[in-house]
Amino acid sequence: MSAGPGPHDPPSAVPARLWRGLARHRPPGVDALDRAWRSPVRGPWLTSVLGAVLLATLPLVIVTGLLDWIAYGPRLDQAFPRDVGWLHPPVFDWPTRPAWLFRVTQGLHVTLGIVLVPVVLGKLWSVVPKLFDWPPARSAAQVLERLSLLLLVGGILFQTVTGLLNIQYAYLFGFDFYTAHWYGAWIFTAALVTHVAIKLPRLVSALRGPGFARTPLGRTGPEPADPDGLVARRPGPATMSRRGVLAMVGGGALLLAAVTVGQSVDALRRTALLLPRGRSIDDGPTGFPVNRSVAAAGVTPEQTGPGWRLTLRAGSRTAALDRARLLGMAQHTATLPIACVEGWSTAQTWTGVRLRDLAGLVGATDPATARVRSLERAGLFREAVLHGGQVTDPDALLALRVNGVDLSPDHGFPARIIVPALPGVHCTKWVAEIVFDG
Amino acid sequence: MADLRRAYGAAPWHALLLAGCLAVTGWIALRLAGEASAGRMLLWFLGAVIAHDLVLFPVYASLDRVVRRAVDRGGNPSPLNHVRVPALGAGLLFLVYLPGILGLGDGTYVSATGLAPRAMLGRWLAVSGVLFAVSALIYAGRRFGRRAP
Repeated sequence: MSAGPGPHDPPSAVPARLWRGLARHRPPGVDALDRAWRSPVRGPWLTSVLGAVLLATLPLVIVTGLLDWIAYGPRLDQAFPRDVGWLHPPVFDWPTRPAWLFRVTQGLHVTLGIVLVPVVLGKLWSVVPKLFDWPPARSAAQVLERLSLLLLVGGILFQTVTGLLNIQYAYLFGFDFYTAHWYGAWIFTAALVTHVAIKLPRLVSALRGPGFARTPLGRTGPEPADPDGLVARRPGPATMSRRGVLAMVGGGALLLAAVTVGQSVDALRRTALLLPRGRSIDDGPTGFPVNRSVAAAGVTPEQTGPGWRLTLRAGSRTAALDRARLLGMAQHTATLPIACVEGWSTAQTWTGVRLRDLAGLVGATDPATARVRSLERAGLFREAVLHGGQVTDPDALLALRVNGVDLSPDHGFPARIIVPALPGVHCTKWVAEIVFDG
Repeated sequence: MADLRRAYGAAPWHALLLAGCLAVTGWIALRLAGEASAGRMLLWFLGAVIAHDLVLFPVYASLDRVVRRAVDRGGNPSPLNHVRVPALGAGLLFLVYLPGILGLGDGTYVSATGLAPRAMLGRWLAVSGVLFAVSALIYAGRRFGRRAP
């Protein structure tokens, strides 16, 4: 059920004089515009099919986005934004198993967000005449509903644009991405829930009615006039069937998928033709994509040379180990993905010392947390806290080597953290110190 | 109740739902109002709507009209969609990967990847060219394939 009477009934809401006056005073151009909508395929059926696709997929994007925030560790005060007031989803310690968990949730969030762009644009195209409707509202209910539609459309466009710019490192917007994308998501989600609650009966009845999935171009014509006014008043001849429009939107989604999945699948890396993460450093064992370069981190060869020591602390016990001593300890090898919040990921074979063995060296047999500090002085992620489960997982490593060779400077030489399912930014590189607590 | 419903223009649950939606947004607006970049966020939020509804849509709708006038002369089969589909594909790629295509990545790109941003305009042109070529081949197949007895 929608707000109020149909588009062509006289308004009866209070104050009636306002709504009637608004309906009577048609600004110049409104009638010409009303006649200019020609496409005969616009109507409840096409809008409902596109709406159903978004209804089935957008919740996945929303949930994986929230999971990303949880993966950053709100309990350890590491999720951005930090203080979110009552917009606080239930949180839990991010698990280490399955090891591909974050790779999949974040890969889905980014890839699906990209792949749905043509569906969103198609859906907006199907309802765009409503934007120019006159009168813009016939009741207070319609004013509020229109306001929520501004939040809905603004929300999805804002989330898409900030997300796309973020993964391509073009920070043209000049505000904090985490804050904007987090609050933008809530505004959009609230508007989406509202929109679905109001329009779901329309969607169901349009999809239960006569279908057009098999109607060829020759028999494509307008639907009967609908109460929402989606159907053109003076439609022109059809130039594309409804199934043709859907195939085109689906084709657009497939095209985007084809040039995006390569950033998350090593064997297809080069197919991510237009994304930063389709590029590799080189073809060698350490040529896989870098998360932050050693130059950007300001870590110098002197700091990582023979003088480098790893400091371990637990309570009053400390130990300082050089790289030779670490290489002399029991080495463990694991093939683990490293996945970035920007959606790209790669799986590599890491070799190093188990974090729990390092904890044991300073007597921390069952630590509650481990605070890992990098040699890096300035970056947002120069320090990361791991919870107990992330320290004691048998594959949680202080990696010294990757793919059979020493880590390269860009990948964190002399030592870096790698933990199953841990977001890439918390896999601290150029590790200087680990403090075990509890 | 019926009077209230008529005066407001919809059922009471409609009002409650919208009050909830606007309350979430209002609370967020108040929370962000103190941020130095709040104005920019609002600008990008509203700007995105204006850019889509009043720039992108009119531009692609007008281009479509131009293409229709130029191409649609009642050929059988019509070449119209063989121009529209690859054009939309190329436009979609441009829109989504615009920073990469124009090499807009800034200092963050270099620090994040260890690579210099590289304009991928050539790649985009090549992919777009392939889309148009495939579409033209299919068109030729449809048009001249029919002539065979």
